[in-house]
Amino acid sequence: MSAAVLEPEPTEPRHNYLNAAYGIRSWLLTRDHKRIALLYLASITFFFFLGGLFALLIRLELLTPAGDLVQAETYNKLFTMHGVVMIFFFLIPSIPAVLGNFFIPMMIGARDLAFPRLNLLSWYIYMVGACFTLWAVVHGGVDTGWTFYTPYSTVSSNTHVITTAVGIFITGFSSILTGLNFIVTVHTMRAPGMTWFRLPLFVWSHYATSLIMVLGTPVLAVTILMVAAERVLHLGIFNPALGGDPILFQHLFWFYSHPAVYIMVLPAMGVVSELVTTFSRKNIFGYKFVAFASIGIAVLGFLVWGHHMFVSGQSVYAGMIFSVLSFMVAVPSAVKVFNWTATMYKGSISYRTPMLYAFGFIGLFTIGGLTGLFLATLGVDVHVHDTYFIVAHFHYIMVGGAIMGYLGGIHYWWPKISGKLYPEGWARFSALVVFLGFNLTFFPQFILGYLGMPRRYHAYPPEFQVLNVMSTAGASVLGVGYVLPMIYLIWSMRYGRNAPDNPWGSTGLEWKTSSPPPTENFKQMPVVTDDPYHYSPEEVEIFG
Amino acid sequence: MGPTLPLFPDQASTMASRVDYLYFYLLTVSIFFSILITLTIIYFAIRYRRRSEAELPRGIEGSMKLEIAWTAIPLVIALSFFFWGARLFFAMNRPPDDALQVYVVGKQWMWKIQHADGQREINELHVPVGRAVQLTLTSEDVIHDFFVPAFRMKKDVLPGRYTTAWFTATRPGRYHLFCSQYCGTKHSAMIGWVDVLEPADFQAWLGGGASSESLASAGAKLFQQHACNTCHRPDSLARGPNLEGLFGSPVRLSDGRTVTADETYIRESILTPAAKIVEGYQPIMPTFQGLIDEEGILQLTAYIKSLSKPSPAAGTVLLPPNNPGNPPLRPTPKESR
Repeated sequence: MSAAVLEPEPTEPRHNYLNAAYGIRSWLLTRDHKRIALLYLASITFFFFLGGLFALLIRLELLTPAGDLVQAETYNKLFTMHGVVMIFFFLIPSIPAVLGNFFIPMMIGARDLAFPRLNLLSWYIYMVGACFTLWAVVHGGVDTGWTFYTPYSTVSSNTHVITTAVGIFITGFSSILTGLNFIVTVHTMRAPGMTWFRLPLFVWSHYATSLIMVLGTPVLAVTILMVAAERVLHLGIFNPALGGDPILFQHLFWFYSHPAVYIMVLPAMGVVSELVTTFSRKNIFGYKFVAFASIGIAVLGFLVWGHHMFVSGQSVYAGMIFSVLSFMVAVPSAVKVFNWTATMYKGSISYRTPMLYAFGFIGLFTIGGLTGLFLATLGVDVHVHDTYFIVAHFHYIMVGGAIMGYLGGIHYWWPKISGKLYPEGWARFSALVVFLGFNLTFFPQFILGYLGMPRRYHAYPPEFQVLNVMSTAGASVLGVGYVLPMIYLIWSMRYGRNAPDNPWGSTGLEWKTSSPPPTENFKQMPVVTDDPYHYSPEEVEIFG
Repeated sequence: MGPTLPLFPDQASTMASRVDYLYFYLLTVSIFFSILITLTIIYFAIRYRRRSEAELPRGIEGSMKLEIAWTAIPLVIALSFFFWGARLFFAMNRPPDDALQVYVVGKQWMWKIQHADGQREINELHVPVGRAVQLTLTSEDVIHDFFVPAFRMKKDVLPGRYTTAWFTATRPGRYHLFCSQYCGTKHSAMIGWVDVLEPADFQAWLGGGASSESLASAGAKLFQQHACNTCHRPDSLARGPNLEGLFGSPVRLSDGRTVTADETYIRESILTPAAKIVEGYQPIMPTFQGLIDEEGILQLTAYIKSLSKPSPAAGTVLLPPNNPGNPPLRPTPKESR
C-alpha cells in the first residue's frame, strides 16, 4: 500500500450500457438515449467525412483560376452537396443529437429522455431523410446551392432538387422531435433539487436550441412543400412568370435558416461553458447572464432573417429594421464571450485537449461574431454580400465555432461515453493542427471577399489565385486535423486506458456515475443540493 | 507576370471611399476586441495555470457592474455601426436626379445592356467618368446580381420586377463586373467589364456605334408594330387610356385605388393587363407575355416616358423609376387610399 501509486486502473463495472446487450438488434431497437446517441454519432461522422470530401474537391478546383479539375456542373453540385450534407445532416444534429442526447438526461439526473421511443424514431426519420439525399447524391446530385433560391430551383435547375428537398423535409421532423423531447425532458425529468437555475449551461443552451428546432423547422418544411408544388405541379408561388414572387421564398427560407445558424452554434456554446468551468475549476462567471443570453439569442434570432436580403430589392426601411435587430443579437453573444473569459480569472487552468478546443472556440467565434457585424452594417454588406467574405464569416461561426465545440465536447465526454481515455498527446497535437489549418483555410477568404471575389464561382480572375492557394493549403491541413481524432478515438476504444469515473474532477452529475454509465444512468436517484460548477466551498462576489 | 497578392480592391466610385472608411472603422474595432480577448485569455491561461492537481481556486459569483458594462458598451458601438451603415445605405439608394439612364437585362449567362441613346452592349458597360449613372435592372429568367467591386455596388437582378442602382465613377479604367447571385451552370462566366471613359472618349464611343437608334424611338416602332396605337390614341376612337403625359402621374383604377404610373406599372400593364384596369375602361387588352421581351418592354417604357416630355429627345433626363423594392426617397404623388 503506497500513496505513490499512480491512479489505480479502475475496474470496468460489470454492467454498463455498452455491454448490457449484444447484437445488431440490441442497437437498432434500443430505447437507451446513450445508444441512440451513438447511432447518431456513427451516422453524422459518415456525413461529416462525405461533406468534407466535397469540400476537398471544391478547394482543389479553386487551386487554379481556370475551371479545370471538374466541369462547372460538377462544381456547382459539389458546393451544393457540401452545404446540404454539412448543414442538414451534420451540423444541425451534431451536438444536440449526439452529446445532447447522451448527456442531457445524465446532467439533470434522469434515467432517459421523456420519450425514449420517439427518440429512436427521430434517428430512423433522420436516416430515411438521409437515404433520400444520398440517393440524389449518387444519381447525379443537385446544383441549386443549399439555399434552393427560386426561381432557379423551381424552374431552371434540371437536377435532383425534389429528392434532395424531400430528404431535408423528412430529416426536419427528426429535428422537431428531438427538440420536443428535450423540452419535455427538461421540464419533467429533473432530479430532486435540480432547479432551473441549477441546470448546467449545456442544458440551458439545448433548451434554447430546442425552441428554435420546434418553432423554426416547420417553416422550412412548408417552404420545401411550396418549392415542390411549384416545381412539380407548376403552381405559381415563387416564379414571376406564373404570378409568383421570388423574394417570398427568401423570406420563408431565411426565417428558418437564420435561426438554424443558432441551432448549430448555441449547443457549442453550451459545451464551451462546461469546458471552461471544468478546466478552470471555477463556477461560471455570471451564470444567469450566460443562461439568458442563450434564450435571448434564440428569440432575437427569429427576427433578423431579412439581413440576408439587403441587396435583394427589399425596401430600404425593412433593411434598416433588420440591420438594427441583427446588431441586437450580437450583444448576448458578446456577453457570453466576456463571461467565459472572466470565468478563467483566478481559476486553475488546465491545458487538456478539451480546454484547447474551448480556447480555439472563443477566439474563432469572436472573429466570426465580429465579422458578422460587418454584414449587419447595411452600407458594408452591399459590397461583401455573396462574396467570400460571407463564406469566411459563416465558416468561422460553423466550423471555428460549432465544430470546435463539438470536438471539444467529444474529447471531454469521451471517457464517459467509451469508458476509455483518449491519447492526450495526439489529441493536443490534432487540436493544434485543426486550429492552424482552419485559420489558414478561412482567413484569406475574408481578404478575397473584400477584394470582390463572388462565392460559388467555378473559375475566377487570376489576381485572386495566391489567396486561394493559401486557402486550399489550409484545407488540406484541416483535413488531417479531422482525420487524426477519428483514428485515435477508434484506437482508444480498444487500446485506450480505462477511464476513471471522473477524470477531470468535474462537478457535473454525469461524472457522478460510472464510466461508461449503466443503462439506467444512476444506481440511485441523485439528489441535487448545490449550484452547478460548485468547485469551491467558499464563493466571493467581486466588484459588487 | 509573377503571382500578385492584392489585399485591397480598387476605389473607382464616389461610394468606394465612403464604404471603405466605414469598413476601416469596423476593422479597427474588431481588431481591438479580438486582440483584447485573445491577450486576456492568454494572460489568464498562463497566470492562472494549474500548478498542482490539488489546487482549488475560490469561486467568483459574478459582477452586475461588469455585466452591465459589457452589455452596454458593445450595444453602443453596434449602434454606431448601424447609424453610419444606414446613412450610407440611404445614399446608395438615392440616385441623383440628373443620372444617366442605363438599362440592364440579365439572362443565363450574359448581361445585355442598353443605353438611353440606343447603344447596346453585351457583358460590357461603357460609362463616362464623373457622371452619375443609374441602372434599371431586370432579369429574363432567374435571379442574378450586378456587382462591381471597384464601385462597392451590388444589386440583385430579379425576374418580373425592376431594381435600381447607381454609381458615379471617379477613375477611368476597366473594372470587373460579376454576377454574384448564383444562377446556374455558367454563373462564374456571367462576368464582364465596366469601362470608365473620359467624357470626350465616352462621347466618341457613343458616336461610334453602328445602330444608334434611341431607346424611345425603338419603342415607338414596337408601339406601331404591335398595333398598340389602334387603341391607345389621343382621339375619340381610343379604347384604351391615352398614354401622353402618363408616366409618373397618378392613375385611378376601376377598383378605386390610385397608383403611380412607373416602370413596374407599365411593365405589368403590358404583360398582365387585367391586373390593374384604369377607371372607365373595359378589360379588353390581351396579354403580350411571350410577344415582347424584357428589352422590348424597356424600349416601350422609354417611348411612353418620352410622351410625357414637351419635346421628346434621345438621351434626355428621364424620371428615375419608382419601383416597389426601392421606395423613392423624394416626394411622390401619394396614393389616395
